Amino acid sequence: MGAACAYYCATAGLRVSVVERGAIGSGTTSACEGNILVSDKEPGPELDLALLSSRLWRRIGEELVRSTIEYEAKGGVVVAGSPDSADGLRHLTAGQRTTGVDAVDIGPDELFELEPNVTRQAVGGAFYAQDAQVQPVLATAQLLRRARMLGATVHPGTGVTGFVRDGQGAVTGVRTDSADTPVLYAQWVINAAGTWAGQLSELAGAPVPVLPRKGFILVTEPLPRVVRHKVYTAEYVANVASSDAGLETSVVVEGTRAGTVLIGASRERVGFDRSISLPVLRKLAAQAIGVFPFLADVSLLRTYLGFRPYCPDHLPVIGPDPRAPGLLHACGHEGAGIGLAGATGHLLAQHLSGEKPDLDLTPFRPDRFEEATP
Amino acid sequence: MTTSRAERPAALYDIAVLGGGPAGLSAAVAAAAQGSRTVLIDAGPRPGGQYWRHRDGDDGALHHGWSQFRRLRQELAAHPLLDHRAGHSIWHVERTDEGFTTHTTHTGHTSRDGIPRALRSRTVIVATGAYDRQLPFPGWTIPGVFTAGAVQALLKGQGVLAGKRIAVAGTGPFLLPVAAGLVGAGATVVGVFEAGLPTAFGRHPVAALRNLPKLAEGAGYLRTLLKHRVPYRTRTAVIAAHGTDTVTGVTVARLDDQWRIVAGGTREIDCDTVAVGYGFTPQTEIPLQLGCEMMLDADGSLIARVDSRQRSTVDGVYVAGEACGVGGAQLSLIEGELAGLHAAYASNGPSVDRGRLARLVRQRAAQRAFAAAMHQAYPVPDGWQTWLEKDTTVCRCEEVSAGAIREAVDDLGATDPRAVKLYARPGMGLCQGRVCGYATTCLVARANHRQPTADDLRGMAARPVAQPVTLGALAAGADDNGS
Repeated sequence: MGAACAYYCATAGLRVSVVERGAIGSGTTSACEGNILVSDKEPGPELDLALLSSRLWRRIGEELVRSTIEYEAKGGVVVAGSPDSADGLRHLTAGQRTTGVDAVDIGPDELFELEPNVTRQAVGGAFYAQDAQVQPVLATAQLLRRARMLGATVHPGTGVTGFVRDGQGAVTGVRTDSADTPVLYAQWVINAAGTWAGQLSELAGAPVPVLPRKGFILVTEPLPRVVRHKVYTAEYVANVASSDAGLETSVVVEGTRAGTVLIGASRERVGFDRSISLPVLRKLAAQAIGVFPFLADVSLLRTYLGFRPYCPDHLPVIGPDPRAPGLLHACGHEGAGIGLAGATGHLLAQHLSGEKPDLDLTPFRPDRFEEATP
Repeated sequence: MTTSRAERPAALYDIAVLGGGPAGLSAAVAAAAQGSRTVLIDAGPRPGGQYWRHRDGDDGALHHGWSQFRRLRQELAAHPLLDHRAGHSIWHVERTDEGFTTHTTHTGHTSRDGIPRALRSRTVIVATGAYDRQLPFPGWTIPGVFTAGAVQALLKGQGVLAGKRIAVAGTGPFLLPVAAGLVGAGATVVGVFEAGLPTAFGRHPVAALRNLPKLAEGAGYLRTLLKHRVPYRTRTAVIAAHGTDTVTGVTVARLDDQWRIVAGGTREIDCDTVAVGYGFTPQTEIPLQLGCEMMLDADGSLIARVDSRQRSTVDGVYVAGEACGVGGAQLSLIEGELAGLHAAYASNGPSVDRGRLARLVRQRAAQRAFAAAMHQAYPVPDGWQTWLEKDTTVCRCEEVSAGAIREAVDDLGATDPRAVKLYARPGMGLCQGRVCGYATTCLVARANHRQPTADDLRGMAARPVAQPVTLGALAAGADDNGS
C-alpha cells in the first residue's frame, strides 16, 4: 500500500520518502496471495474501488513489465456446491454486472472445462475474467524501485516513533528510531502501516480502528498446471463480509507461477497471535480436498500466516484526516490490500496534486467511526 | 473429507525424545531408567541416527563407539517403559494444555502414503541432530557431487561406494573419516582438500589434552590416508566441478586465509565423484516451531539456547546434541544423558544422582571446550563467495543463481535473506532452504556489508512444516483429541 502510494505520488511529481519499520514488503504483504479481485465484493463503494484498481493494476503491469511482478490475468472461478448456493451466486453476479463487473454464470460443463480437476459434485458457478494476481512482495519492491527512479527515497529498518506538528497542530513530519534520519519533515504524511495503522494513527492523535484478522495459507509442493484460475467456493464471499470473531474458513485455491498451489483462507480475530493452529490448517486442507479431490495426495510444503488489517465496517480508510491536517490514511483494506492498492495510491496522489479524485472518497473518510459511535 | 485414517493419540508419555541418534538414544535410555514413560520417535528404520547409520546385521566395523551403540540399542529394545517409534517423520510439534503433541507421518513398507500418527507427551527432548553444511560453487549441481555425509551414509547404510575416483573437499575434521572410509572400502580418493589451515588447535592445549582419544582418532584416519597415498592438502579447495551428465573432474585451487583463490594455484584433477562438507547445520525446525530462543554459535550456525540442564527457554522443552551446538557424537551422548536425567527428575521426581550429574557436567565442559576449539580451528571465512560465477546456482530447488540474489539486494533493496527469499525464491523449493539457507544468508549479509545474524538465519530456517505431509494426511488428523 505504501509502495503504491509512493509510486503514484512520485509519478505525479511529488517528492516522496518511504519509511518502513522492517524490510520492504515484510508485513502482511509477505503473507498474502497478491489477489486483485472484483469477484468477492458486493456492489458498493469497495467494489467501485476494486474495479478502478483492477484497471490500474493492468496499467502498472504494462509499465513495470508484467513478468517482473508476475502479473497474471488468470480470472476467477467461483464454485457452487449445491443448487441453493448456485442461486445465491446468480443473485450476486446479477448485482455485480450492473456495476461493470464481467461476471458470467456457468453450468457444470463449463465449470469442468475451466477447471478440469474440480470436484464432480459441483453444480455450477461463475467466471470472472477481471480477477488477476501479482506476486505481492515483488510488486511492492518493483513499485518502490520505480518510485526511487523518480526521485523517491526509501528507508527500510526505520520505525516511526512519533509525529512532528506545527503551532496549529498540523502534521509536518515523523520522528523515527533511526540514527541516520531521526526526523523526516513533510508537507503530508500518509499512514499506510497496514495492520499496524491503528497503532500509528493513535500516535498521531487521530485514531482509526484498524485491527488484525489472522489468516493462514497452505503451500503445496510444485505441481504442473492443475489449478488454472483463482478458485473459491460461493461461501467465501459471505465470510469476507462477515464480522464473526470466531474462526471462519472458506476455500480459496490457486496455482502460482512457481507451480505451488496456495490454499486459503481462514479468518480469526485473535490479536497478533503468531502461533500455528493445526485445527485451522486441517480444516483448510479438508475443505480444499473437497473442491479439488486430487489434493489429498499432494504434499504440504509450508504454511504461513499473516494479519489482515480490518475496520469494523469492512471498508478501508482512504483520504485526508480532518482531525490532523497534513495526515492522510491509506489503510484498513483487510484481505484486499494488494488489489486495492492501485486505486488507493492513485486517488491519494490525485488528491495531493489538487486534482479531483476519480472516485468519491467520502465512504472511506477517516473520521466516520466517531460519527458511528455516539 | 476423509477422517477414517485418523489416529487417536495413544497414552500420554512423560517424555518424547525426538531423534534417534547418539543424543536421542542416550536421552531416552537415561529417562526410562529413571522411571519415566518415554517414547523415542525417529524417522529412520533403525536406531542410531546418521552417526550410527547401519545395515541389518552390521558388525560395526565401519563405526566408532559401536559397543556404546549396542548397549544403548539393547536398552532401547528391552526397557519396559521405553517405546521406539521407528519410521516416524516428525512434521510438527504442537503445544497443548497437557504438554506437547508430536505429529508424524509413519512410513510403512507397503504404502507410499505417510500415515498420520500423533504422540502426546508432557515433555519433549529435541535431539534432531545436524546435516552437512553446503557451499555452492560452479558445477556443484552436476550429478556426482555429493555431500560428505551422503557419501558416508551410502557406505554405512547401504555398503555402496558413491564412485570410483573421489575428491573429498570442504573443511573440518569430518572429512578425514569420510576419506578413510572410502579408501578402506576400495575407492580411489584423489585427494582430501581442506580449505582451512587447522593449526589454531595448538592454541588450546587444555582442550586437546582432555580429548586425547579424539585426537588419536584423527591421527588414525590420517595414517590410513597416508598408507593409501591419499594427498591431504590444506588451504586448498574444490572451486569448480566439471562435466555435463556426470562429474568428469574438478578444479582445485590454493586459497589464502580468507579463502580467496591464490593466483596461479589452480589445477584440474580427473575424478567421477566429489564429496563436499563445510561443517554442519543443526536441524532446528522443532525448537523454532515451539518458539525456543535461538542464538548464533561459534561456527556460524543457528542453535537453540539451553541452560545447564539442557532446558530451552520454553517450559518442558529440552534440547540435546547438535541442535544446541555442533560438537560431535561424544558431546551428544553426554548432553542426551543429562537432558534425559533432568527431564525425568522434573517429571517423576526420582532421587537425584548428584555424583552422576557432576561427572556428566565435567565431561560436557571438556567436550564443549573441544568443540569450541574445533570451530575456531575450522572457520568458514566468506572468500568462498568469490568462487561463484553470476550464473552459479545457489538454490537448486528453485534454480536461483548467485546473480539473482545479488540483484534482489542491489536493484530491489533487499536488506535480509527473508526479503531475498520473497523476491528471488531461494529456499522456497522442496528442501525449504535446508541446502541453500546458510549460503544465501552469507551472500545477502555480505552484499549488505555486514555479518550474518541469528535473525538472518532464522528467516531461512523457520519451517512450520518440518517434513512434507500430504494434505490428505493433514486433513485426516482432524479428529485428533489431543489438539
